Amino acid sequence: MNRLMNRDRDAARSKLFTRRLALLAGGKMALFGVLVGRMYYLQVVEADKYRTMADDNRINLRLLAPPRGRIVDRYGKVIAENQLNYRVVVVAEQTGSVAATLDALSEIVPISDTERRRILREVSRKRRFLPVTVKDNLAWDDVSRIAVNSPDLPGVSIDVGSTRLYPFGDTTSHLIGYVAPPAESDLTGDPLLELPDFRIGRNGIERVYDLALRGRAGNTQIEVNALGRPIRELARNEGEPGHDIVLTLDAALQEFTAKRLAQEESAAAVVMDVSNGDVLTMVSHPSYDPHEFARGISGPAWRALLANSKAPLTNKAISGQYAPGSTYKMMVALAAMESGVSPDFRVNCPGHMELGDNKFHCWKRGGHGPLDMIEALSQSCDVYFYEMGRRLGPERMADMARRFGLGATLSIDLPGERAGIIPTRVWKQARTGKGWATGESLVASIGQGYVLTTPLQLATMTARLVNGGFAVSPHLTRDIVQERRLVERPQGNFPSIGVPQANLAVMLRGMRAVINDPRGTAFRQRIVDQNWTFGGKTGTSQVRRITEEERRVGLRKPDQVPWRERDHALFVGYAPLESPRYAVSVIVEHGGGGSAVAAPIAKEVLSEAMRLERERERTRPQSPARVAERSG
Amino acid sequence: MPVHSALGQSNKRLSLGEKLRQITWGLALTILAVSSIGFVMLYSAAGGDWDPWASRQISRFAMGFAIMIAVATVDIRFWMKAAYPFYALSVVLLVAVDLMGEVGMGAQRWLDLGFVQIQPAELAKISIVLVIARYFHGINHEQIGNPLYLVWPILLTLVPAFLIFKQPKLGTTLVVLTTTAIVFFMAGVRMWKFILVASAAAGAVPIAWSLLRDYQRQRVLTFLNPESDPLGAGYHIIQSKIALGSGGIWGKGLGGGTQSHLQFLPEKQTDFIFTMLSEEFGFVGGLVLIGLYTIIVLYGLAIALRARSQFGRLVAVGLLSGIYLNALINMAMVMGLVPVVGEPLPLVSYGGTSMLTLLFGFGILIGVYVHRDVAVPRRSDT
Repeated sequence: MNRLMNRDRDAARSKLFTRRLALLAGGKMALFGVLVGRMYYLQVVEADKYRTMADDNRINLRLLAPPRGRIVDRYGKVIAENQLNYRVVVVAEQTGSVAATLDALSEIVPISDTERRRILREVSRKRRFLPVTVKDNLAWDDVSRIAVNSPDLPGVSIDVGSTRLYPFGDTTSHLIGYVAPPAESDLTGDPLLELPDFRIGRNGIERVYDLALRGRAGNTQIEVNALGRPIRELARNEGEPGHDIVLTLDAALQEFTAKRLAQEESAAAVVMDVSNGDVLTMVSHPSYDPHEFARGISGPAWRALLANSKAPLTNKAISGQYAPGSTYKMMVALAAMESGVSPDFRVNCPGHMELGDNKFHCWKRGGHGPLDMIEALSQSCDVYFYEMGRRLGPERMADMARRFGLGATLSIDLPGERAGIIPTRVWKQARTGKGWATGESLVASIGQGYVLTTPLQLATMTARLVNGGFAVSPHLTRDIVQERRLVERPQGNFPSIGVPQANLAVMLRGMRAVINDPRGTAFRQRIVDQNWTFGGKTGTSQVRRITEEERRVGLRKPDQVPWRERDHALFVGYAPLESPRYAVSVIVEHGGGGSAVAAPIAKEVLSEAMRLERERERTRPQSPARVAERSG
Repeated sequence: MPVHSALGQSNKRLSLGEKLRQITWGLALTILAVSSIGFVMLYSAAGGDWDPWASRQISRFAMGFAIMIAVATVDIRFWMKAAYPFYALSVVLLVAVDLMGEVGMGAQRWLDLGFVQIQPAELAKISIVLVIARYFHGINHEQIGNPLYLVWPILLTLVPAFLIFKQPKLGTTLVVLTTTAIVFFMAGVRMWKFILVASAAAGAVPIAWSLLRDYQRQRVLTFLNPESDPLGAGYHIIQSKIALGSGGIWGKGLGGGTQSHLQFLPEKQTDFIFTMLSEEFGFVGGLVLIGLYTIIVLYGLAIALRARSQFGRLVAVGLLSGIYLNALINMAMVMGLVPVVGEPLPLVSYGGTSMLTLLFGFGILIGVYVHRDVAVPRRSDT
């Protein structure tokens, strides 16, 4: 009975168990079904999305900085290039102990305590598999010694980077400029700019042609793990190296000129091809070392450059504005001829000119006596030009000066060019609110007072004077950037400046006499032992007004005057005399007289230009070579 | 041939040969297949090397497989007798691990006995099933209807569950509680009682929340919105989903899992091994493994169905459900369906003690089948 009841109970329990088991089995299968559905969703429906995410995870796109284009002179001489920079790096992970490795390494290359602290600090900050630079710019000897000792230097390796090298150093720094790490404001979103080693052009040609020099970045796809450690390279695109820039510069003449100007305190000079405006030389002294900027200039060095009263950071050839002094007299003479004054017209110079209550002195105390235009130019008589200035008024002088490139920028391919000032009545009214006084015409006629010009403008003026009156404009490169591409500079015909050839001929005769007439202001600089000679015009521009007191007592000797108050010495010239090719302008700040200080420099520079020309004709009869392959 | 009585139960002792013939070799083969998938994945996880995981896993499996067969021949009446001592042992070990266990991964889970490290929580999963099954075997249908009779088995469950929770091992606690709930359910406890407990549990959520460790709370929170912290707490879930998804239908091939091999996946040889499988063998690979688990589940349910004794049935269902829940939670976890609770994938994840205890449990399960017709007395002493 009990057994039977138990049996019934067991049967009931068994039935319940079976029913519930079915329920349980269903539930279990349903949950597995949910998993399968989820898998289907992730792996089939959304697979593409996750595949992309997985690739994003593992693939690290790195930019490859393109090698920056070189800058070469007109004969292919390298002025800026990239130099391999060997640096020794240490990977903490691969060393037993970083300190011990540095000890071993310091027996090969000295490591100072400060360097050592910096390295250890960087090691502790970076991830252990990233290299830390121990020393930069290693000499090849050190590189090879480290390589030989590498078994004893675990974790030490040589890394090759690139730094900008300027073989001519401070000789070309004002033209070429320099490269430096981009500042916050330079970042345009181009990821190239954010590369740790990337440098952008900061000044000069490096800045103006920066985009062409930069090239196009390549990239490499690197597979990395979750910690960012590179595993292998998947793909590589080398990009496009930067374009080379060919300058019109003649590096040899530049170097010569820079050396010559270095004898002066502060000076600038420009040499230009009169037929096409090629700038062959442009020197501003003193200068600076561009490498300091590429490496990252130190604070004290930077402040010293800024504080230097000779303004080494300024390119005086385009940014320095000086009263042209007597070099301006050709403009006045041409304006006079244009308004009907005959070159044969004579003006008597008693040593001064009186205008109202004022007395305007000639530089020659006793006066020149009666002079025609050519004599007035060659002897640089001030009274003759006072008379012309009085007759012309400022507008007609200014009109002529403008046609020769003064008073406005010449759009040379360099940053920082200044316009100078060619004063007129309108200009003065706007500037000072006062009317023009006749006396100011007299002052302007000898290139003083408000008149300001740059050495580049003076060279351009000279080129236009001697090339038959064509408005050449100066430039530094063979190519120009057009629609983001580098194309050859169009060799167009330059417009005429509209001055009759006869008038220009008078100027050439006057400038010839400055050097070659015994009464000329720079007769002592004449060339007698060559089959060529040169012409030009001296200029001495007053920095401060000479007082009546000083005139009575007698002028002080230059070395008694403080440097800052001494006159600027100027000279513009051309060579050879018969068929001019070179125009030159020289300014020596506070150098004294143009004939004594600036003219000799111009003569030496022109002589060197002629010598180089003959030398090149001997060794290389063909025309100046271009760097043939651009893209290569 | 054994002759069964009219009641279908027999007290006859089986010979060893008969027992071995009765072993469900199909189930053993499926276990081998699942474990082999694990060996391959461990080989791949080591970057195509049998060291350090696959070779050890294989030797542990070989040992465990032998134990499984040996355990299958043990009469289930022995387990009936041993249920309480075994249960007591696991509770003692749980207390021991609480007092002196090694702390790893923010939790005390291991007890080093010198020659072997054991995870008392794994043992407890089996012993709780045995002791609860034994209890329900001993009471009748009417008694089950009486709530007072449920107090003891609930206590038997909560004591080890609390100790496991305290380790803290949230995943295992949930597995243990759910497993015993299934045993209660299969024993015939009324539906409405489950509903009552479930509602009470829902009410207790705020209290439980206050007991959770910070990192556990964080896991729950980031589970709800993993993208909120992609580089921090949500990182594992996101990377795991990326790995799974990028595997596509056919996968990236053995050893080709970029997510796994480039170390975007955490603990790829243990908790996230299913992710790696799915990345390298795709949807198809994952489907095969789930299919094999399904076969194991069906075998287990069939064994429960064939067992004549209530003890055998409940042991079979309980042990099977524990394994099933482990697999379910692990896979759901790596797919981003449930929080990352740190449960290994049965038979596949690397881990010696887990492998041994699993195969020990399978041994008992197969033993239930071998001894399906054995008459189990209400009390072990009669």
